[in-house]
Amino acid sequence: MGKIQLITKGFVKENPTFSLLLGMCPTLATTTSAINGMSMGLATVFVLVLSNMAISATAPYIPDKVRIPAYIVIIAAFVTILQLVMQAFTPDIYETLGLFIPLIVVNCIVLGRAEAFANKNSVVDSACDGIGIGIGFTFALTLLGLVREILGSGSAFGYKFITGDGILVFVLAPGAFMALAYLIVLFKKVTAKKGE
Amino acid sequence: MEYILIIISAIFVNNILLSQFMGICPFLGVSNKLSTAVGMSGAVCFVITLATLVTYLFQYYVLVPLHIEFMQTIAFILIIAALVQMVEIVLKKVSPALYQALGIFLPLITTNCAVLGVALMVVTNEFSYGGEPHMLNLAESIVFAFATSLGFGLAMILFAGLREQIALNKVPKPFQGIPIALVTASILAMAFMGFSGLV
Repeated sequence: MGKIQLITKGFVKENPTFSLLLGMCPTLATTTSAINGMSMGLATVFVLVLSNMAISATAPYIPDKVRIPAYIVIIAAFVTILQLVMQAFTPDIYETLGLFIPLIVVNCIVLGRAEAFANKNSVVDSACDGIGIGIGFTFALTLLGLVREILGSGSAFGYKFITGDGILVFVLAPGAFMALAYLIVLFKKVTAKKGE
Repeated sequence: MEYILIIISAIFVNNILLSQFMGICPFLGVSNKLSTAVGMSGAVCFVITLATLVTYLFQYYVLVPLHIEFMQTIAFILIIAALVQMVEIVLKKVSPALYQALGIFLPLITTNCAVLGVALMVVTNEFSYGGEPHMLNLAESIVFAFATSLGFGLAMILFAGLREQIALNKVPKPFQGIPIALVTASILAMAFMGFSGLV
């Protein structure tokens, strides 16, 4: 598979949110607006790319039996770096995303890519894979955030286009489940048509 | 009184699954059958309470005195992973019957964000139950962790019951599987919103 394909496959075919249904917790919790969703996605890209590269570089030296704990430590190290960087440079976003930044450690996408791809491919390929899957995830989160923001507060990326309030329930918990359900249905419909 | 408020708030008002979105993977993954949902809830309940106890002590007796609080995430995930492994070994020896019931769920729990989430919540967030905002003390943390996991169990078991009924009905093709489960979860979350403002 070429490098371009590695990057583009995360968009539709192996989209982590819509087709593989991984990493649901941050997907539902942080998408109250398009900006929040995108920030969470980009934070995950940072960890995913770096941990993919580190794991692919160290995989030959890690004994098979202790590989999962070793991967978790590598991922946790990058998450800690991300936490410190975000606290220093983007404290507002860090505050909004809150607990879900440290919780990237237990995001199944990151560990899943380590186990399924990074430990048996080269460093460059793993980096491309990380970028591809990460961008797919960011795209999904931004889209979900945008839908919820438009319906819930009548604005897009922070620019308000209606006066008054939107349908408040979409910013709250039930709206997250509902919006994601309909986006997955839409995604299934579109990709099924493409397949025919 | 404070404890009662903590319990009600953790189970109903700030339900970990339906309003905080932690632990959604097992919520969607193993809620097809009521019996597995009960097993999973039991295992989560056990691990969350134990993990919170250990990480709380570790935070205040190791990390804070050494001024290395930034190691929190790494330390906590390692503690949880080790703890889950230990619980599995002990359970296998001491109570094979319980191991039979919970055993298969234990390895899954390491990567359940509810466990790490609750452990981090009690040492980073300030809580106010009827008084000044303050950090939870040890007893309050344990009560909070246990009540949170009861909330997890409640939502999980309700949801599994609903999904068992839905499986008997005809669902439009694109909605089959996860989407209809998400719609169900959405309606369940709306029901839980009724509790907001209670505490």
